[in-house]
Amino acid sequence: MKKIVLTLVSVLFLLSSAAIAAEPLKIGFNLPLTGDIPKVGESSKLAAEMLKEDVNAKGGLDVGGKKYPLEFIYEDNESKADSAVNVALKLIERDQVLAIVGPNSSKQAVPAGGTCDDNRTPMISPWSTNPDATLNRPWVFRAAFLDPFQGPVAVNFAAKTFNAKTSAVIFDISNDYAKGLAEIFRSEWEKKMGAGSVVAFESHGTKDQDFSAQLTKIIAAKPDFIFIPNNYNQVALIVKQAHDLGWKGPFMGSDAWGSAELMELCGNDCIGHYFSTHYAAAGATGATKEFIDRYTAKYGYTPDDVAALTWDATNLILKAIQDVGKIDKNVKKQRKAIRDALAAIPEFPGITGNMKFNDQGDPIKCAVVVRISEKGEFVFTEQVCP
Amino acid sequence: MEILIQNIFNALQWGSFYALIALGYTLVYGVLLLINFAHGDVFMVGAYIAFFLTTFLLGQYGVIAPGTLTGATILMLAVPLTMILTSLVGVTLERIAYRPLRNKGAHRLYVVITALMCGLILENGNLALLGASRKKFPELLEKTIWTFGNISVTNLKVLVIFTAFVVFFLLQFVVTRTKTGMAMRAISYDKFAIPLMGIPINNIIVFTFVLGSGFAGLAGLLFAMSYPILEPYMGALIGWKAFIAAVVGGIGDIRGAFLGGFLLAFVEIGVVAVFPSTLRDLMAFSVLLIILWWKPTGLFGIAKTTKI
Repeated sequence: MKKIVLTLVSVLFLLSSAAIAAEPLKIGFNLPLTGDIPKVGESSKLAAEMLKEDVNAKGGLDVGGKKYPLEFIYEDNESKADSAVNVALKLIERDQVLAIVGPNSSKQAVPAGGTCDDNRTPMISPWSTNPDATLNRPWVFRAAFLDPFQGPVAVNFAAKTFNAKTSAVIFDISNDYAKGLAEIFRSEWEKKMGAGSVVAFESHGTKDQDFSAQLTKIIAAKPDFIFIPNNYNQVALIVKQAHDLGWKGPFMGSDAWGSAELMELCGNDCIGHYFSTHYAAAGATGATKEFIDRYTAKYGYTPDDVAALTWDATNLILKAIQDVGKIDKNVKKQRKAIRDALAAIPEFPGITGNMKFNDQGDPIKCAVVVRISEKGEFVFTEQVCP
Repeated sequence: MEILIQNIFNALQWGSFYALIALGYTLVYGVLLLINFAHGDVFMVGAYIAFFLTTFLLGQYGVIAPGTLTGATILMLAVPLTMILTSLVGVTLERIAYRPLRNKGAHRLYVVITALMCGLILENGNLALLGASRKKFPELLEKTIWTFGNISVTNLKVLVIFTAFVVFFLLQFVVTRTKTGMAMRAISYDKFAIPLMGIPINNIIVFTFVLGSGFAGLAGLLFAMSYPILEPYMGALIGWKAFIAAVVGGIGDIRGAFLGGFLLAFVEIGVVAVFPSTLRDLMAFSVLLIILWWKPTGLFGIAKTTKI
């Protein structure tokens, strides 16, 4: 009996030492897999899985001449701010990850960014556009452009395309992203068109389903178009209800519209409207096209912007790890080295465009405006670069 | 003026949903003195049942060839089927969750907590079963928008408001003018003396749940048609608000639930129409609080010694 135990123990020991030899690099993902925007979490996860399979098929990530397999840990933040903080802590403390990708929405990225910064763990948000997510946080980075850039893009495009003088805004007040962008839009529009040219500025709660009172107010104010900086699930309800109340004018949206699920939920009501976003899948070329084709073949739908941004964000982390050139057994030291390497990346050719990073960890990159075509595709209309 | 009329229509539509759900709360409370907190989630299940029924009838699953049935026919079939299936859900809840406790003589408080848990089980069961992805409810009726000046009303809006009124008069008739209704009222009056009169108490309770859940199913179907995006938590908030509406109206009274539902909707829409929309819930519930302060048993309520 003793012998058997001994052999078992030694076998286990051998096995575990073999495992140590190829210890995987752990990267955490803080994603909204359930809650208000589950499609965003799904797209992010699928893009990351594709990248992981690519790297692991080649034997792992090459760091300083040695190959390390990747291990991605996906945790669900339920699209809630408090859960995003808990997930970040769980990934940092329990899973001992080297870096965290996500959360996606600013509503979660702003609080989770604080947690990662306090715990000295590098975090990169693929999709968050609110400046507060990275502001004065040396450990937090992002792959998306910022709302102070996106706001003017929407303003200029709408003024030109709709020949508009007045506008109205309806937004989700409990979402940092929507609220921030709505306020930027209002100040930019009034700067351009004069005070009082935003004729209605209406808010609602996250769980609201009826917007008729707000929309009645907006339609009565007779704006030239309505700006909706909301998540796609709310967009579908708002646009439909506005049409029910007799609105026939155009809508302008922001990058949170660009989910693969938008057309499924919104249907014909969304056709012909515009929104600003990170990339246009229809008509892409080069590496972007290759990514889109592979993703579409693998998962059966065109990748949305958040899938492409997750691909870029994760690649940035991998590049930083490679730049460090060695793997320290001490996770804390390794995290510090990765942060420094991330901050030192001057320029990165992503599939969502070329990114240059400023001292806040924010990329300077171009935005595109797309039109929702009759076939439900997001068609490239205009590119705006800073 | 036009804005006022438009908002009255908006409030009537929104209030119809509050009223339909509040009626279910009030029916069960009126008979069992039980606050059925799972009711909002029964409404959610009703919406999902309606979704699967209509997509099935539209030929999504290959049993029926697509296009064999028109939208109006599907609606005609979906209304009774959704109501029957949802009432089965309500009765099942009563059978497996409430009745065993009642038979063991548990205090009403425990049953109320069970109801809360059942609601959470329905929500999270749905999440586990169908996933977090939202469902888009198909369009059944050709949308018609009638415009008078700046006032726009859709045929669906009229249908919803009309249905709420029909349901109200129907329930009012059942409860006040039929023998079963008399038995329902009698149970809440004295549930120990009633069996001695030869009234089958359990059958009456099941009938109450059939009525309440059936109309929650109807509300779910109409809601899904008006706000065509379904998610597992859609019943939680509207359920809570409808419950508050029922309490303000005087829980246990059909007229109170109906009026309370519309009252809440009128206050909510009215606040948004005049003040910044951020103040909606704050002001709406302050108004309701003042009403309760003035009349603690609600508009139509009768003072009783025990309530939860």
